Amino acid sequence: MEARLRVRRFDPESGEGARYQSYALEVPDYATVLEVLLQIREELDDSLALRCSCSSAICGSCAMRINGQARLACKTKVSALAVDGEEIVVEPVGNMPVIKDLVADMDPFWQKVRAVEPWIQPKGPPPEREYLVPHEVMRPLADVMACIMCGSCVSDCTVLETELSLGKPYEQTFLAPAALAKAYRFVGDPRDDADAERLLALSRLEGIWDCTRCNFCLEVCPKTVAPMDQILALRRKAIEQGHEEYLGARHTLEFEKTVRESSWL
Amino acid sequence: MKFAYWPGCSVPRQGTPELRITAAAVCDKLGIELEDLSLAPCTGSGILQARDLVYADTLNASTFAMAEDMGLPLMTICSTCQGVFSQARKRLKEKPDYLAQINQTLEEQGMKYSGNLEVKHLLWVLVEDYGLDEVRKAVVRSLAGLRVAPFYGCYLLRPSAALGIDEHPERGTCLESLIEALGAEAVEYRGKTLCCGYPLVGVNDENSAAMVGTHTVEAKEKGADCMVTPCPLCHMNLDGVQPQASEQRESKINMPVFHLTQLIALALGVDPPDLGFDRHAVQVKSVLDKLGL
Repeated sequence: MEARLRVRRFDPESGEGARYQSYALEVPDYATVLEVLLQIREELDDSLALRCSCSSAICGSCAMRINGQARLACKTKVSALAVDGEEIVVEPVGNMPVIKDLVADMDPFWQKVRAVEPWIQPKGPPPEREYLVPHEVMRPLADVMACIMCGSCVSDCTVLETELSLGKPYEQTFLAPAALAKAYRFVGDPRDDADAERLLALSRLEGIWDCTRCNFCLEVCPKTVAPMDQILALRRKAIEQGHEEYLGARHTLEFEKTVRESSWL
Repeated sequence: MKFAYWPGCSVPRQGTPELRITAAAVCDKLGIELEDLSLAPCTGSGILQARDLVYADTLNASTFAMAEDMGLPLMTICSTCQGVFSQARKRLKEKPDYLAQINQTLEEQGMKYSGNLEVKHLLWVLVEDYGLDEVRKAVVRSLAGLRVAPFYGCYLLRPSAALGIDEHPERGTCLESLIEALGAEAVEYRGKTLCCGYPLVGVNDENSAAMVGTHTVEAKEKGADCMVTPCPLCHMNLDGVQPQASEQRESKINMPVFHLTQLIALALGVDPPDLGFDRHAVQVKSVLDKLGL
């Protein structure tokens, strides 16, 4: 079948702005967008820059915006999007600076992940032997731990997009779904004893209460992470542990009280 | 065609009584019969769900049970209500043990939910059940020449698995189809599927107003005369917070925003004084002038 791709090109060394370039080529019916991009690079245009590695939706390198939505190029079949041979628009992930063509600078993404201190912080003396964790506690965390850090959820986060459009420096913007989901992975882990500090920090500005619940991260995550569900789980934990003075927490508690008392708002 | 009707909690009590009035007018004109679920509780709006999911699902299952008791499918007029209902419906349908657990609580009230109720937004009802050809026949005042920017509201589109978008792909474009059936032109722009910012009101007003500013200005730049939304919460923000968005941008935006039912009612011949436009923050006069009303 013929695949037609319209690819956003940008080369900082050219001194020119971004432009779109269209390609058409014969590909197998089962081809993924990644396979088509690689074929373009090998046969038509060796200047096209993109990141990829495993081609199996494991490494998370090839996240990009395909027809306006963040997806893994290796997990997206051309035939699923272009039923009648329509042109597919391929752009780099959103909410991150572009280095070249489809390659984005992931540094701001990693900054946010590092900000939630993504390691287990036990208190007290080290255990005598390995720490056994009940299966039912770890099972839900396994979904969160399946995150491959592809950046799709951050790409399409509407709050982050809004704050960047207001000109905020990246380090002062919303922590965004991937880092918050990662934070839940530790708050929910019984081996971690830093819940109080974590939930206090996450309750503050640019944390859990700044999510607008638009569901985009749930929609675009190529794995089982469901970042927004983890943000809501963090909200539940924060309230349970007494972090009630924040506007979002107060709104939630007032809402709940009104509905429980009258069935209505 | 008859439905158990859930008008939504924001409609009679808070910001948008004009939606309830115009929904009734539209359904009356089209011959869609509505039976009010006057005793049904709030859906929880996604907020209660984050506190106590079982309690929230029990409330919504009780609403479903009331509709089943009437022997009618359920109709909503709010994207958020529809989304919250659709998500609850999916959880109850996919997990029989969970449904049984919820039904134990409902039994105390003499209620039972089967797990199979159909729940549809008025927009879906018109496109999927009533039919756009029938809508076109009912139009007595074509909106020809009017350029309308659709704004869906997050909960009517995402998560798509709960909203049945795979089985009903037309749900991703039904608002544009309806706009065109009324004779108007649908304006294409990126913001139509994004967030209006309503959930951030009172929590982060700067971001909430910025979202309003982005979408209304984009619609304006694409040449829209007005926007239309099937979600009263989106309306409260896109219209009600537009003055703050204008202040934030230091430039008057002036983008009229219609409830879906107001736009339909205009095309069905309801006169503007009966559509509650006096409740809007942004006047719709420019639109009425364009239509010669």
